[in-house]
Amino acid sequence: MWDNILVLVHAPIFNVQLLIDGILVGSIFALAAYGMALVWGVMDIINIAQGEFVVLGGYVAVMMAQSGIHPFFAIFVAPVVLYGVGWAFYQTIIKRVVDKDLFTSLLATFGISILVQQLMNQIFGADIRRAPHGFGTWGFFDNLVTIEQVKLLAALAALALGGVMVLFLKKSRLGQAIRATAQNARAARIMGIDTDKVYAATYGLNAAICGAAGAMVAMIWVVEPYIGLVYTIRAFMIAIIAGLGNLSGVVLAGLGLGVAENFAGFIMGAEYQIAFVFSLLVVILVGRSILLGRKREYLK
Amino acid sequence: MSSNTKPVLLYGGILLIGIFLPLALPAFQTQISVMWMMVTFALTWDILGGRMGYNSFGNIVFFGVGMYAAASVQHELYFDIGQFEVISDQFNLQLTPDKYLFGLGLGMIIGAVICVALAWVLGSGILRLRGHYFAICTLGLGVAVGELAGTIDYIGAGSGMAAPVFPSAMGSAGLFYSYFFFILVVASFFSLKWLYSTRFGLAINAIRDDEDKAEAMGVHTLRHKTVAWTISAFFLGITGGLFGNMTGFIEPLEVAFPTITFGIFMVAMALLGGKGTLWGPVLGAILFHIIKETTWTYFLGWQWIALGVIIIVNVVFFQQGIMGYLEDKYPHWFGVEVEESNAIDDQAKEATQ
Repeated sequence: MWDNILVLVHAPIFNVQLLIDGILVGSIFALAAYGMALVWGVMDIINIAQGEFVVLGGYVAVMMAQSGIHPFFAIFVAPVVLYGVGWAFYQTIIKRVVDKDLFTSLLATFGISILVQQLMNQIFGADIRRAPHGFGTWGFFDNLVTIEQVKLLAALAALALGGVMVLFLKKSRLGQAIRATAQNARAARIMGIDTDKVYAATYGLNAAICGAAGAMVAMIWVVEPYIGLVYTIRAFMIAIIAGLGNLSGVVLAGLGLGVAENFAGFIMGAEYQIAFVFSLLVVILVGRSILLGRKREYLK
Repeated sequence: MSSNTKPVLLYGGILLIGIFLPLALPAFQTQISVMWMMVTFALTWDILGGRMGYNSFGNIVFFGVGMYAAASVQHELYFDIGQFEVISDQFNLQLTPDKYLFGLGLGMIIGAVICVALAWVLGSGILRLRGHYFAICTLGLGVAVGELAGTIDYIGAGSGMAAPVFPSAMGSAGLFYSYFFFILVVASFFSLKWLYSTRFGLAINAIRDDEDKAEAMGVHTLRHKTVAWTISAFFLGITGGLFGNMTGFIEPLEVAFPTITFGIFMVAMALLGGKGTLWGPVLGAILFHIIKETTWTYFLGWQWIALGVIIIVNVVFFQQGIMGYLEDKYPHWFGVEVEESNAIDDQAKEATQ
């Protein structure tokens, strides 16, 4: 571990590499976190199944690559498929827990998470799958710094998708209805907004965003049925660091997490990566609560 | 039937079941042991989840830590771990009965003590969180500890470690463990029954109902919450030590820290039986285990999907659980006298006067 830190000190160019990779990858985390914050803010539900939607989006890309279509197009196809999945889960399950207490909805989405995990395991098998994309790599400084084209492409797509989402929420009628419901669901109902439809659309949109993120994940790394929880925890961490409804915060926290994970992975070794993410969650939550405790407040 | 003979019959019946069930069904002794273990899981989960309103997904941490601690103590006592690593294939883990029992007992005690200390340290940080933050933090904790255990070479890292073999001179291992687990259930049940009747029980109920008010009334909430978690950790640590020895092989993600199986079962069983009731977790765990084991064989890989469905249906449609449902429907069974309509009549009288 100490040796790896020394490497970073003596060869600063590696820092650049880790930084670039972290930022590119972090934009994907930010995308999933944005969806989580949306559902959390509008419906007051913490969606544990977030990561499973990401992985499901990844499988869409894998399936497309298998049938000869370039997986990059999955960034457009996966959201459509996942919107349907999210909408169906809303109509069957989420609809019944949306006005219940948080623990109920948390456990219900946990149930969805287990269900989707196991369905994916049955349908796609437990093997690690990837979507081969055929993009190359650019090298700089005698190949000391490399940028994978697919990562850059994914980061740009994430940026574009985020921009589209912001415009959609600001300008379209449905987007305005979603924001109105987030502010005050009761008042929105009085003003004639069908909040049930708004909730369905919100949950579907969240799943769609996750689907796009998942397609990128399948191209950059791999997907397997049980990897979802890590993405859920990342999204949750970013959302609580940024706060709900704070887009620039989500982007910054997402990039920060990407960078932190890359550095931690380099310093401690790859086998600690998942442990790092989950330990970081515990540290952040406890740290935040101690800070708030000084002000006689607590996390709500 | 007078009210005095009823509990005697009930407890006597359960005692008879505990003694004769493993004898009557020798082929299912391991299953019966696991069933009693599930009951302990649900009972200990309910201390926080049901009685205190803190829904933990990470209690499995203490199970795994207790398991590793007990097995490590057993190894340290009689084997050279270095030697064990080198020739693990041919190494003989046979022990004489007295050595085995001493190692197991000492291992479980040390495991339980470590778990209590761990719960105290973790609790004084994590139990500051509330509601869903606590739930997700404990979820993260469970996975993080499991992943970290997979990197420690001393306990065999990701490939796991073996527990000492049950000495054949002591007869049937299944019988031994099913009785041991049954004693553990009885011990934890009566400890908790007593605990809930004390001031401490009232204090954690107050924390569940309104933590801010409880604190304002002078309950030292963080200390109460931490103590509640250490009690849970104590029993889970012992359970873990026992289960590690029964299984014989300890592996970080599937056996010691299985968040998505045992970790979520705890919650599901307590909810099924009715959280916050004394008998709910017992009933829920037994029912859950029987349903799971009898139907598992016919699903051929789809059983986990069925599990997800069970959890969702339970949470969405049947959240009060069996005992909660019965308490709503037949309150007089639970000694609750409901005087219906009197209050409304009085109000009506006042209104007309």
